[in-house]
Amino acid sequence: MRKILIAATAVLLTAGASLFSASAADKLKVGFIYLGPIGDLGWTYQHELARQALVKEFGDKIETTFLENVSEGPDSERSIEQLVRAGNKLIFTTSFGYMEPTLKVAKKYPNVHFEHATGYKRDKNMSTYSGRFYEGRYIQGVIAAKMSKSGVLGYIGSFPIPEVISGINATILGAQTINPNIKVKIIWANSWFDPGKEADAAKALLDQGADVIMQHTDSPAAMQIASERGKLAFGQDSEMIKFGPKAQLTSIMDNWAPYYIDRVRAELDGKWASEDTWGGLKSKMVVMAPYTNMPDDVKKLAMDTEAAITDGKLFPFKCPVMGQDGKEVECKGGDHLADGQVLGMNFYVKGIDDTIPGK
Amino acid sequence: MELLEAIILSVLAASTPLLIAATGELVTERAGVLNLGVEGMMIVGAACGFGGAWLTGSTIIGAACGIVAGTLLSLIFAVMTLGLAVNQVATGLALTILGIGLSGLIGAGFVGERITPAPHLHIPGLTDIPLVGRILFGEDAFIYFSLALVIGVWLFLYRTRAGLVLRAVGDNHVSAHALGYPVLKIRMFAVMFGGACAGLAGAYLPLAYTPFFIPGMTAGRGWIALALVVFSSWRPARLVIGAYLFGAVTILQLHAQGLGLGIPSQFMSALPYLATVIVLVLISRARTGGSTAPAALGTVFVPDR
Repeated sequence: MRKILIAATAVLLTAGASLFSASAADKLKVGFIYLGPIGDLGWTYQHELARQALVKEFGDKIETTFLENVSEGPDSERSIEQLVRAGNKLIFTTSFGYMEPTLKVAKKYPNVHFEHATGYKRDKNMSTYSGRFYEGRYIQGVIAAKMSKSGVLGYIGSFPIPEVISGINATILGAQTINPNIKVKIIWANSWFDPGKEADAAKALLDQGADVIMQHTDSPAAMQIASERGKLAFGQDSEMIKFGPKAQLTSIMDNWAPYYIDRVRAELDGKWASEDTWGGLKSKMVVMAPYTNMPDDVKKLAMDTEAAITDGKLFPFKCPVMGQDGKEVECKGGDHLADGQVLGMNFYVKGIDDTIPGK
Repeated sequence: MELLEAIILSVLAASTPLLIAATGELVTERAGVLNLGVEGMMIVGAACGFGGAWLTGSTIIGAACGIVAGTLLSLIFAVMTLGLAVNQVATGLALTILGIGLSGLIGAGFVGERITPAPHLHIPGLTDIPLVGRILFGEDAFIYFSLALVIGVWLFLYRTRAGLVLRAVGDNHVSAHALGYPVLKIRMFAVMFGGACAGLAGAYLPLAYTPFFIPGMTAGRGWIALALVVFSSWRPARLVIGAYLFGAVTILQLHAQGLGLGIPSQFMSALPYLATVIVLVLISRARTGGSTAPAALGTVFVPDR
């Protein structure tokens, strides 16, 4: 009896599965791998918003699936392969640490297309995409220097990798256009996500005299501490004004929806090709949250700066860029640093009174 | 001096969840049960604690929800390891994984919501004393409660008959059983106490420390609490020292970075753990004869009937 039951269940399951795949055969299946939970209010949440935008845009032409909380490393390889086996033809892997696993699976399944966020390895069927977040950082630097009374900014870093270092440099370069003597205190959390530690770091920075807090870590904890103490702060990845209605000046928001829609449309039209996309304010991959809690003149300045960067009139890393030692950094991009120099940035600019950890 | 006061206040806040969770685990382990699920019970406590406070607007109800959630989760552990005599290490690890998943599910409804953080005490006269006033009388009630909790546990373990029995159960369950003590029942209460403390410690995070809930916000504090119990060699007084030492090193390394002392931050972040290892070595060197761990720690007991 038991055997019969098992057999019957198996038959039912197979029948169900084949029915399911038959009905979905004419739809494009799009898969997503997320690093965190979709409710992280930051990085993963923004990717999830873009996925929802896809569903809204294409309706029943596509079918989307996502796997959340997928840790980087070997675990992710299994998850990516799982999406392939489930019939997904376009797969977005949304964290730097998925680079090698994505590449490995891409080689194995040449007919499936992959999109990897923030990495630098590509293949015939694997694209990369990322945001020029440093453009937003430059604007934040301008605002921070205007708003700071003490002339000391507090910066919470995650890990000393080029993306974070270029963010710090862009901030200070923006701030120096307002106040050449601006100081920045940097605390590394050595974590992307630890609300308690981020809060402690924010407290330490405020206790040491900083009055504007900015962060390259993922939770709204720092914003909340600044808000409690009546100080100012910037959000990260997403809109965080809820956590500091009187504290948030603006926030650099990752806006993946236009890109995802473009790529899915290309896939549907059979025009998908492997590309490297690094979008900024101009392509709206990086979007600034409304400028709040600042006087009108600062707001206008911020908007003008944003417009100048968007129009390509202003480059955050315009030459000459001075290194900490006072020597000019080689200018490989004409009148501004080349993309490669920003992507691999491992030095502080002049005016930062600190050393990069481990250097 | 203001900076010093600020640092001490940050240290108190950072140490409190560790101290509460570790105190509970200390009692559990003193009864001979190793529950590695502290992290899981903490994060469920955080989710339920936030949920309770968010729905009712009351910190106390939030804390109570955290305690109940932690206790319920620890009951699963008790049923498995005490009732069914399943391996404690495996069950504890499973409890952590379960807790992380469960908290995400519970918390899904109120991610992104915010609450008013736990009020700070204000005793006219006392709180206004310069320097020590805010530290001794002006923080949230959890901080002072955690110290009372440790003192209570110390009195219980070393000054009451029930505490003596609990320690006997943890050191030699066969003898305790032979003397007629209900080993499994005592252990169940110890496990539940551990769960309640872990739940409260978890609830402290969204109620007072960072007043919002995000999945995974305990960020490994449950594991640090477990390490602190070993660090304290299962003694409440040393637990207080350990928790504050750990909190102090954590906060001071942030301040050292902010001051730009030029020490690599990776090294600074590792400092609290390095300090733990060094103290552990010192303790084991100074020890005279025998292990300080409860002798029956982690072993399964099945009474012969």
